[in-house]
Amino acid sequence: MKVLGLHLGLLALLAVLGMILPAYHQGNLSRIMVLATYAVGYNVMFGYTGLLSLGHAMFFGAGMYGLGLAMQHGGVGAVPAFGIGLVSAAVLSAVVAVLALRTIGVAFMIVTLMFSQAAFLSALYFGEWTRGDEGFVLAQQIRRVGEVDLSNPVTRYYAALLLFSVALLLTMRMTQVRFGHVLVAVRENEERTRMLGYSVWSHKFWAVVISGTISGAAGAAYALLFGYVGASFVSVPYSIFPLLWVLLGGAGTTIGPFVGTLFMFYLIDYLSGLTTAYMLVVGIVLVLLTLFARAGLMGEIRKRWVPWLP
Amino acid sequence: MEFGPHLILAILEGAVGAAVLALTALGLSLVFGIMRVVNVAHGEFFMLGAIVAWWVATSIAGHPALGFVAAAVVAPLVAGGVAVLGDRLVLKRVHYDPEATIVATIGILYIIQQLALMTYGPEARPVEPPFNSRIALPWFEFGETGFEIYYPWGFGTTTYKLFVIGAAAVILVGFWLFLSRSRIGLVMRATQLDREMATAFGIPVSRVYSLVFGLGAALAALAAVLIVPIQQAHYLMGGDPLLLSFIVVIIGGLGSIRGTIVAAVLIGLSDGIISVFFSPTLAKIIATLLVALVLVFRPQGLFGKKPA
Repeated sequence: MKVLGLHLGLLALLAVLGMILPAYHQGNLSRIMVLATYAVGYNVMFGYTGLLSLGHAMFFGAGMYGLGLAMQHGGVGAVPAFGIGLVSAAVLSAVVAVLALRTIGVAFMIVTLMFSQAAFLSALYFGEWTRGDEGFVLAQQIRRVGEVDLSNPVTRYYAALLLFSVALLLTMRMTQVRFGHVLVAVRENEERTRMLGYSVWSHKFWAVVISGTISGAAGAAYALLFGYVGASFVSVPYSIFPLLWVLLGGAGTTIGPFVGTLFMFYLIDYLSGLTTAYMLVVGIVLVLLTLFARAGLMGEIRKRWVPWLP
Repeated sequence: MEFGPHLILAILEGAVGAAVLALTALGLSLVFGIMRVVNVAHGEFFMLGAIVAWWVATSIAGHPALGFVAAAVVAPLVAGGVAVLGDRLVLKRVHYDPEATIVATIGILYIIQQLALMTYGPEARPVEPPFNSRIALPWFEFGETGFEIYYPWGFGTTTYKLFVIGAAAVILVGFWLFLSRSRIGLVMRATQLDREMATAFGIPVSRVYSLVFGLGAALAALAAVLIVPIQQAHYLMGGDPLLLSFIVVIIGGLGSIRGTIVAAVLIGLSDGIISVFFSPTLAKIIATLLVALVLVFRPQGLFGKKPA
């Protein structure tokens, strides 16, 4: 009950904020919720299953290009295009899972990094359709569902909230059912989990697919809501960002990804007004986190004060 | 130009790339082999070397060779020093835990890169080579007058490029002698074989780790000093050498130094040749995918032995 209350409370707070925030922060928060969904997806693999991926941008990109290319070149409507984005991400993550899960540890990180790099280069190579680094803009008149105009700041905010709610409640539910418990068991002790009779491989496989698909949903939603598709979203920094957000907010906590994204977004937003070298803070935060707060913000809170935090 | 001279030019360009890559990848391989640390910031030490080289070369007046020699001494020292600092302040404190070191070196990557952007700026700047005369290369053909030798237009190389290849070879041999003959090399190899046992024999493992991390960075910086007269210094130049070094270290077998050098020559040459004849992006896509698949299906590398 406490857990459900906390999550619904957070979502209700966000719903209220959507009505009272000034336009600038409302726009920021829409973006944060979409990116936090990406982080929630990342957290399924990294936080709960203990698989450190350095290539999640390819899943984000699969959703983004799946939706973007279908709408731009296929003339598909927003809803089926979103479905195409989801399916692209799911298929890609299944393929990556089958291949990359043969490796463990450092090799797993490098393999995911390499696959993601290949995806990024492919986005550049097929520049005729993707327009490479420059990217393309989805016209305002096609970014609508029925009568609802998704480029309107208010509807965009609530669309982002809807997406984030689904992802958040999904992971909350995951921590309560047997599947989620087994994932944590895999993270803590793989051999023991196997000995207890669980199929470690299939749990890891589904963790990657769920994680990749949620990330892809975030990518598709980003393209749809903000109307831009570009190769920079598949580049290495976009694989590092979710890792950073999750680490900062707290890996293996349900609301950690949101907290981390929120903090980092405003920090970078503030610093990019001061200097072009705002990525410096990304580096410093990463180093400080590994040195002093391995559990992240929500993780430290859970350790010290609120042990029931999921 | 005909196909033959074209191919030889491609091989020459590839050899220059291979020479520099071998040095850079050797640094990465050394750090991984001895410390079991995947140094994601390796490319930034390369970049640091190039930028320090530019800085030293422009602040020393006189013949460009003076600046170049000074850069070849100062740049590896600076990069090595920064690396030792990073090892002491960060990596040692997380006890070289694989996941934590990867995250921490990603952090170090951005710190070095962005500090370079803040101080050096976003421009690409060249360093003047110490010497650079053109050598025209001969080619032959069987014409109407029989066998004849001539010099096709645009077919040639520069003395500096040949120097890069030679210098890299000398450094590699020197480094191999250092590892296999010197006392410090012995201590390093002992640490690689069995860290616990080395500690038991009184080897200061933590100092060896700092030294190795510094040496790895210094090798990358030295490679950058060699290449910077050909390729300009830029704060984002660390990405490509990092990726290529990763590829080389994986193909050569993680931690195997001999494998690393063989793979560097192989990959540097084929990278040079492929990018002359094919689209470089396509070549990179295929190369990265192939390497990922090598890691998936042959994790010990193409030249590594299967672990018993």
